Amino acid sequence: MEIKTTGVAGTLESSDIQIMISKGDDGIQIDLDSEVIKAYGDQIKKVITDTLEKYGIDNAKVKAVDKGALDCVIAARTLAAAQRATETSDRPELGVLQ
Amino acid sequence: MENKVKRNLPDELMSDMKLKPFESVEVGNPEIKRIAPKVHVTTGENKVVDSLEEVIKKTLKDGMTISFHHHFRNGDFAFNKVMDLIIKLGYQNLTLAPSSLTSVMNDKVIEAIQKGVITNITSSGMRGTLGDFVSHGGLKNPVVFRSHGNRARSIEEGEIKVDVAFLGVPNSDPAGNANGQEGDAVFGSLGYALIDAQYADNVVLLTDNIIDYPNTPASIKQTQVDYVVKVDQIGDADKIGSGATRFTKDPKELKIAEMVNQVIVNSPYYKEGFSFQTGSGGAALAVTRYLRQSMINDGITASFALGGITKPTTDLLDEGLVKKIMDVQDFDKGAAASMAKNRNQQEIDASWYADPHNKGAVVNNLDVAILSALQIDTDFNVNVMTGSDGVIRGAIGGHQDAANAKMTIITAPLVRGRNATVVPSVETVVTPGDSIDVLVTERGIAINPKRKDLIEAFSKVPDLNIVDITELQQMAEKQVGVPKPLEYTDRTVALIQYRDGTIIDTIKQVKD
Amino acid sequence: MTYIKNRLRRTMMFVPGNNPAMVKDAGIYGADSIMLDLEDAVSLTEKDAARMLVFNAIKTVDFGGAEIVVRINGQDTPFYDEDVKAMVRAGVDVIRLPKTESADMIQKLVTDIENVEKEYGVEKGSIGVMAAIESAKGVLNTPEIATATPLMMGLAVSGEDYTADMHTHRYPDGRELEFARNMVLQAARAADVYAFDTVFSNMNDTEGFYRETRYIYELGYDGKSLVNPRQIPMVNEVFNPSKEEIENAMAVQNAISEAKAKGSGVISMNGKMVDKPVVEKANRVIETAKASNLIDEEGNYIGK
Repeated sequence: MEIKTTGVAGTLESSDIQIMISKGDDGIQIDLDSEVIKAYGDQIKKVITDTLEKYGIDNAKVKAVDKGALDCVIAARTLAAAQRATETSDRPELGVLQ
Repeated sequence: MENKVKRNLPDELMSDMKLKPFESVEVGNPEIKRIAPKVHVTTGENKVVDSLEEVIKKTLKDGMTISFHHHFRNGDFAFNKVMDLIIKLGYQNLTLAPSSLTSVMNDKVIEAIQKGVITNITSSGMRGTLGDFVSHGGLKNPVVFRSHGNRARSIEEGEIKVDVAFLGVPNSDPAGNANGQEGDAVFGSLGYALIDAQYADNVVLLTDNIIDYPNTPASIKQTQVDYVVKVDQIGDADKIGSGATRFTKDPKELKIAEMVNQVIVNSPYYKEGFSFQTGSGGAALAVTRYLRQSMINDGITASFALGGITKPTTDLLDEGLVKKIMDVQDFDKGAAASMAKNRNQQEIDASWYADPHNKGAVVNNLDVAILSALQIDTDFNVNVMTGSDGVIRGAIGGHQDAANAKMTIITAPLVRGRNATVVPSVETVVTPGDSIDVLVTERGIAINPKRKDLIEAFSKVPDLNIVDITELQQMAEKQVGVPKPLEYTDRTVALIQYRDGTIIDTIKQVKD
Repeated sequence: MTYIKNRLRRTMMFVPGNNPAMVKDAGIYGADSIMLDLEDAVSLTEKDAARMLVFNAIKTVDFGGAEIVVRINGQDTPFYDEDVKAMVRAGVDVIRLPKTESADMIQKLVTDIENVEKEYGVEKGSIGVMAAIESAKGVLNTPEIATATPLMMGLAVSGEDYTADMHTHRYPDGRELEFARNMVLQAARAADVYAFDTVFSNMNDTEGFYRETRYIYELGYDGKSLVNPRQIPMVNEVFNPSKEEIENAMAVQNAISEAKAKGSGVISMNGKMVDKPVVEKANRVIETAKASNLIDEEGNYIGK
């Protein structure tokens, strides 16, 4: 999947996560800001990476600002941002979430 | 060594500081001896001085212990005024022993630590930048955290020997008779400061309001006071209210509050003449409101309400639903104003409130206590001191003390953001599970298995969704996942005392 | 989750589909049905993200046994097809179609659901549908809408859009909604489907909320749409049967057991025959009484 633009999804409200995806050339690089980074930082990054890879993105820069989101929210926001970044939002790939 | 709540305590520190591990919530009937303060005899008609600096120079020496109260909360001007001068005068190796530390004091405490002015701290709690500073190893000697009742006990038994108490008051006469009820910056009960006034070797009042002798009612008495220092402004009236006194509209908090009320009214303690402590915070206020409606519906009145007091509680006093308020501190202007006009709102000191080594404290007469938790584990141990990142951000307050009630209810949401509140093992044990009876979360109510009587009573009430606490823990874990264990260094940055002075847990320096 | 035609549906709580905090906690308030909203509560630019969030929530969040309804975007929007696809794949209980004006619209929805079911191997008929009636045309066509499909769960009046279509707006006494409320209810009863009243959004007017809820309960509505969880206990309170109603319902049920024990096809009570609507009413009363903890396991009244 080719990243064509910067895709953002999610909000800065409690229990949400804002994901911004832009072009990258060195694998999936995640810059994570989270109140629970010590306890869940690795898990949050894993959910983002897994979701992107499943969608077919191997290189991307990701800026994630987490406000205590659960995994199901992180995956949904990552996919939404990825589809916006690849300009494919009109064809949602829900299979990625399963 | 391991104590009775299975916490590993550092042997060397324990023996160096001559500390004992926590054993039991039962205080028993020990015989104890109280200390007496030094008295600098004077006729003392007029103790008013203008120079705080002169008073400090006269009373304070390196290595001494100084104390403050926190009744002004974030509207406090006294602490920073005094500490500025102490730092300026170059004092070293002081022990800071306030009733608690509020955020407005944080910067000054950090500065004093960095300059070697303060080398030891005992407090009910600390938050924000100071908690962060201590958790990252900013203070060499471990902070000792004590509950309000334990602080009173420690002062009475000489474990905390206060050399100079600097006590801000909204009024005083020239001889030192003072209370918390009149003036520009009123906070109502002086409960925590009364112990300092009684036991410190030097008692210095700071006030912006000197009134005619004799000032009554006198909470602090002229017999106890050495100096009255006149200052421009002692506090900011608008910042004294704890802020957590607005009625919540959060549906989850309301749901929990309603469940708490159901627990209370279906308990064997809910009958004519019962007593309760609800505390502050949105959910606690909502409980008070639901309880009020139940008491009206059922025609039941309470003999007393205890603790930190809020306006919704003094409203119950006005309505005759509560006969007396036993008041150690007031959380808002309304409650403070009520004390000035209602003689059934009795000011009590921290010893009367909660000292375990007493001929009986009010907490021993308490039926129902509603308390909060940052974390609670499957043994019902409660943490109100460290966050999910292991950093100090709380206060024991009266938690361990009020948990002596015949029925102690912990209210907490199952999860906060992505942090589970109900966990397999709390990061820091503050109040032992043996003194906790019921946990109320939005997903169900857990009862301590030791309380077979409550299990039986509540199982008959179909409206109460009773679940096992391990089930709640698993529910929380299913939502948020298993957190990566926090990493700490070997260094102890704080000790948590139980009410009797034994060590219930320690806090280690966090690794970043 | 599978669609169940008959169940208790006193409260249908609206939850904005793009709000993780509200979606996460939706199950704790004891709503009979939870309606996750992809339509009005979600801005046009967030339709894709909300759909994914709701999809994942249905698959993972514990909604406490409530029925899960999703309000999808209308058939005149570009979001409709993907909404249907996503909700069928997520395994929602009921899909709510906004702005329903004809039986054709409901039949199109059912066909679209069936196609997705086929494509993704979901069991046919496992998802119910409901129609939101939001216009004059919709109100007049409620008889054909209510009978459009055997999968019809119920009809809901949507007061805001309807009153706009009628060149009026909502008033406290609700007279502007009188015809729509009665029409929807008649059509629902005639078709043996559920009828839901519109939302009441002024949270500060508790008195008005109780008045409106009592009114629609007396008309015969099955439930009410809600915007705030605090309204749930209030609706339940209005819908709670009285002690007399419960005792009467217990007597009817006893008469049924007696008839069964005797092998008799005729149910009689106090010498009178008991008709089918009376039996069904008794069942509804007992079901509601149980849900509100008004009777114990033996059927004894324990309400206050």
